[in-house]
Amino acid sequence: MTLANASLSLVFSPKWMTARARIRQERSGRGTKAVLIGTVGLIFWLVVFGVLYRVLRYFRGVEEIGPLLAGKLLGLVLLAFLSILLLSNIITALSSFFLARDLDLLVSSPVDWLQLYLAKLGETMAHSSWMVALMAVPIFTAYGTIYDGGFLFPLIALSIFLPLLVVPAVIGSAITLILVNVFPARRTRDLLSLVAIAAAGLLVLLFRIVRPEQLARPEGFQNLLDFITLLRTPTSPLLPSEWATQVVMGWLVGPMDPLPILLLWSTAAALVVFGALLHAKLYTAGFTKAQEGAERFVKGWIWKSLDPLFRRLRVAKREFIIKDLKLFFRDTTQWSQLILLGVLLIIYLFNIKALPLFRGEQVPFFLVTIVSFLNLGLAGFVLASIAARFIFPAISLEGRQMWLLRSSPLDLRALLWSKYWIGTVPLLVLALTITIFTNVLLRATPFMMIVGAATITLLTLAIGALALGFGALYPQFETENAAQIPTSFGGLVFMMTTVGLIAAVVVLEAAPVYAYLQAVNQGGRLTFNPRMLASFLGVFALCTAATVIPLRIGLNRMEGFEF
Amino acid sequence: MIRLSGLRKTYGSFVAVNGIDLHVPRGELFGFLGPNGAGKTTTLRMIAGILRPSAGHITLGGDDIVTDPMSAKQRLGFIPDRPFVYEKLTGAEFLRFVAGLYGQEGDIVERRIDELLDVFELSLWKDELVESYSHGMRQKLIISSALIHRPEIIVVDEPMVGLDPRAARLLKDLFRQFIERGGTVLMSTHTLEVAQAMCDRVAIIQRGDIVAQGTMDELRNQHDADASLEDLFLKLTGGTAMRELADVLEG
Repeated sequence: MTLANASLSLVFSPKWMTARARIRQERSGRGTKAVLIGTVGLIFWLVVFGVLYRVLRYFRGVEEIGPLLAGKLLGLVLLAFLSILLLSNIITALSSFFLARDLDLLVSSPVDWLQLYLAKLGETMAHSSWMVALMAVPIFTAYGTIYDGGFLFPLIALSIFLPLLVVPAVIGSAITLILVNVFPARRTRDLLSLVAIAAAGLLVLLFRIVRPEQLARPEGFQNLLDFITLLRTPTSPLLPSEWATQVVMGWLVGPMDPLPILLLWSTAAALVVFGALLHAKLYTAGFTKAQEGAERFVKGWIWKSLDPLFRRLRVAKREFIIKDLKLFFRDTTQWSQLILLGVLLIIYLFNIKALPLFRGEQVPFFLVTIVSFLNLGLAGFVLASIAARFIFPAISLEGRQMWLLRSSPLDLRALLWSKYWIGTVPLLVLALTITIFTNVLLRATPFMMIVGAATITLLTLAIGALALGFGALYPQFETENAAQIPTSFGGLVFMMTTVGLIAAVVVLEAAPVYAYLQAVNQGGRLTFNPRMLASFLGVFALCTAATVIPLRIGLNRMEGFEF
Repeated sequence: MIRLSGLRKTYGSFVAVNGIDLHVPRGELFGFLGPNGAGKTTTLRMIAGILRPSAGHITLGGDDIVTDPMSAKQRLGFIPDRPFVYEKLTGAEFLRFVAGLYGQEGDIVERRIDELLDVFELSLWKDELVESYSHGMRQKLIISSALIHRPEIIVVDEPMVGLDPRAARLLKDLFRQFIERGGTVLMSTHTLEVAQAMCDRVAIIQRGDIVAQGTMDELRNQHDADASLEDLFLKLTGGTAMRELADVLEG
């Protein structure tokens, strides 16, 4: 066989064989992991299916506008998918077409440009679409079940979904191809990750701030006929998501029109041809450019000015903290996540502010206290997610440099200590901000304010330790991308343990909060009884144990690391 | 001084290093030779405290690496074969960080950084991120980092890989001067010319066992008086049974 005739399947084969080997490895001896991930995935599917099933059943019961609403909802979902896929494909294409490690081999081999394009397009599409594809399964199942789609419905769904994946993959790859020809690849990667995260954050923020829940209020509709007319008009007749909606709703409620499905497939095919031509024209120049231009000079004075902050620490700890801060803030893919965090915080506070608690004349004291108390659990969950993203990967990210840390006289306790505080202090600031601000917004009493602040402090210290401990127990030394580390098995175990801890704390504190509510309700003063004290002591003991034990276990595990 | 006694490393049933004994005194440059997979890197990584021995002892200047790791590592500078460093630090920042790991700071460290970067011709790149360094530049940076705290012992795995002839020469001179001042160097290498030219003594390791050790003259006397180090190496490691090159090249 000559390489000039290398088929698409041959170019694809290393990826395919790697995936197969990985599955085989997972199967051998890691059955629990598969069961756990499968269960969580199934629960997620069931929740999505359940929610949509109820919504669609309600729509089905509404005369005249029911199917229109269902179609509109599907159109919106598919449009959201299309936007997410476009962003995700643009970013993935940069890695698969320009930065992947196998490119040197492929480009230097006599592989036909078209085969290379198609293989890389397929890889880009698979990497960026699998999550959306999994998400689509319960959605289409709910539509098929409610509207009796019949046994051919999965085929119909598949026939519209495939071109919906191809279109953003081709457009995304083409945009990346053009960008790489204009900017250096590494600069493009930074730029894209920033733009993508800012765009996603802005989208979520806008969506929340327009308060879609108000649309559900009947006083919002002045004229039913106007509303129905609006529903009948396609939102965006030129978008593939609209064509896909027309096919699905045509099949489910009629009348079936073959034009949209033709439009979908012909557009996808035409775009692949267009993408291939663009690839033939621009890829070589872009690939050459992608090999150049790493980021160069950096401004050290900013960091020097931070030195006095850590002056009191021992030199090894100080250098470690400064090093970690530098690595974080110089990596766009890392710090740009802070934008999302900011958005999350704004939305969180906005949601609390938007709660309809203070509409009536009398302030519902009972409700405010309960919301303020349950807010602890919610804030804990938010903190756990943030810790999973930022603290959990901390040990894994040292993997490649572990030769240096292990061969130097660095006490591993100092390493763990630095990692713990550098992750936990900002988390604590965030936790206290969320808790105190929400309690101020809720006009909570001083008792709830103190209970909230103290509990969230203890919880944060524990969450930080759990993240680091589980990060050391389940290290991912081979993964270079920090964002992928929290989605590993260890990340899942960490999240489950943390949710368990938060639940235990909420349950333990429920008794004293209830006693407080009762006391205020009966107009009396709150007196501390041994039961309340035992509850608070229980929370203290639990959080302390959840702080100390994971750090100890993490340290032991790190001492046993071999490279 | 490096002393290994009964050093053994196993991975399940696979024996990577099979109870070796070795003594490298002060002021000696010792070469550690062997084919791929013979156990060289595993031994060096155990000496550096990165891998834990399954059995046996390692002492560096009298301090045991397992029971007294802090004192033992303080004496050591380790240069690995693959130059993984923090990509988002500059060369100077990386050296400052490594000095910090050894508890060193201040003007002395800053002077030492300038000195080392100057010697290895990296001064121009001092404030540039490591991600823009070539393989050879990274290797030079790692060598500098191993010297930043003025170690007594240097353990180095394949030092010449990726270095240009100028830097390779510089490194040879540097090691020579280092041992003349009382330092100890244990170096693994595949380049037999380098070993022959630089090392006071060598050991040849094969499938986890030391099959020969001594000065060049001692090895010749033991095996074949006229043989070069390459001949001895091939003889001791079974490398004479090579494939017919013509078959491979002509297909």
